Amino acid sequence: MMSVFKSCLKFVGLIGLCITALSANANQLDEITKRGMLVVAVPQDFPPFGSVGSDLQPVGYDVDTAAYLAESLGVKLELVPVTSANRIPYLQTRKVDLVISSMGKNPERERVIDFSRAYAPFFLGVFGSSDAAVASAADLAGKTVGVTRGSVEDLELSKLAPEDAVIRRFEDNSTTISAYLSGQVELIATGNLVAAKIAEKGNSRGLKSKFIIKNSPCYVGTHKGDTELLTKVNELIVAGLTSGKLDELSMKWFNAELPAELKL
Amino acid sequence: MDYTFQFGELLPYSDLIARGVLSTVILAIVTTVLGCLLGTLGAAARAGKQTFLSRAVGVYVELIRNTPFIVQLFFIFFGLPTIGIKLTAGEAGLLAMVINLAAYSTEIIRAGIESIPKGQLEAARTLGLSRTQTFTRVVLPPALEKIYPALTSQCIIVMLGSAVLSQISVEELTFAANFIQSRNFLSFEVYMVITVIYLLLAILMRQGFKLIHYFMFPNLRARS
Repeated sequence: MMSVFKSCLKFVGLIGLCITALSANANQLDEITKRGMLVVAVPQDFPPFGSVGSDLQPVGYDVDTAAYLAESLGVKLELVPVTSANRIPYLQTRKVDLVISSMGKNPERERVIDFSRAYAPFFLGVFGSSDAAVASAADLAGKTVGVTRGSVEDLELSKLAPEDAVIRRFEDNSTTISAYLSGQVELIATGNLVAAKIAEKGNSRGLKSKFIIKNSPCYVGTHKGDTELLTKVNELIVAGLTSGKLDELSMKWFNAELPAELKL
Repeated sequence: MDYTFQFGELLPYSDLIARGVLSTVILAIVTTVLGCLLGTLGAAARAGKQTFLSRAVGVYVELIRNTPFIVQLFFIFFGLPTIGIKLTAGEAGLLAMVINLAAYSTEIIRAGIESIPKGQLEAARTLGLSRTQTFTRVVLPPALEKIYPALTSQCIIVMLGSAVLSQISVEELTFAANFIQSRNFLSFEVYMVITVIYLLLAILMRQGFKLIHYFMFPNLRARS
């Protein structure tokens, strides 16, 4: 009986220790320098921002941006592949230091995480085959539109679409794209660069821009309250924009220079 | 750990959760009924003499039991449209669940059938019962009685497995949870509530099975 009580006590003590450890994260930037490793959440199903290369390693604009930040901080880089739906929980539970995952900003997200300044351009739109007669949100009536659950395009489309439009929400971007390519949905809402990449790969259905939902540039996400880290990330993004480093990445992945408004 | 739980934030979504529960319940009921019926037929085919049919059922059972459920689901939803068979997310999900449960219940019920002593079959045939009568009156009832707990568990496993259907946009309970979580990021609260609901559903389902058992086996009840 006594031993049971003792082990219970030990267990409670252990939990207590864990909680203290959790609350002792004063400065995430120092923490990163100390461990010599920057842990970044990147997309793996969202070319050209992040996809899996032929050697099974993640590649893309976001991956290169993460590498640039790690290099500037003088630490190693660890990439964690995430989906649109789970990237914020990964940050909230401190499984990663930063989310660089073509992430757009909105008030709901700003309540739970912090955002850097924009580092990449992004337009959200509705895309479909050339014979689909859709020119505005109102034309979506009676149509089925696929979208990735929890993404900015999901939130915006949910507001814009008429009552009788059927919005099908999928777990991640590759499932959404598969749903379009296999004909399970008539249209999809996604980013312009992603759509261009799919169209480039060539498929029987084709993919034409129907209308723009929102201009939603990408931001780096940090855990709420990591002020030092956020300031540093902002400095590095500005430095990357001025030095032409990010333009170089943009030429590499988007075949275009970054738009001027991003550099303001 | 200075975190304030905000279960109140889930209230605006209670409709969505209720609809999710309803879909999951409907999926579970239809799957259980169809899956067990098909399983009984499959078991009947497998327990008999080696024929083309029994071998075909054998291949089906092995195929389904040795591949992941999510792959079967993706094959039906994303793969079949290529050859012109286009099902909605709900239909594809239901089909995948029925096919899955039917394969498992075939094996479970077959085990029950094989546990019936051969002497009982011979006795029934000697008394002039036809093959069908022997199967439905003499073999099947005690067989089902024997494997009833295993069958109950399998049906519950498949009900819980319906969570995977959220991947192809079926709006069931897990879809509701993921949807809410993607809107307000209250992971702990949302998944806590959903976990409790699944637990209750599983307990209810087990009780339901007990009730069916009570009415299905009146003879056995009287005897024991």
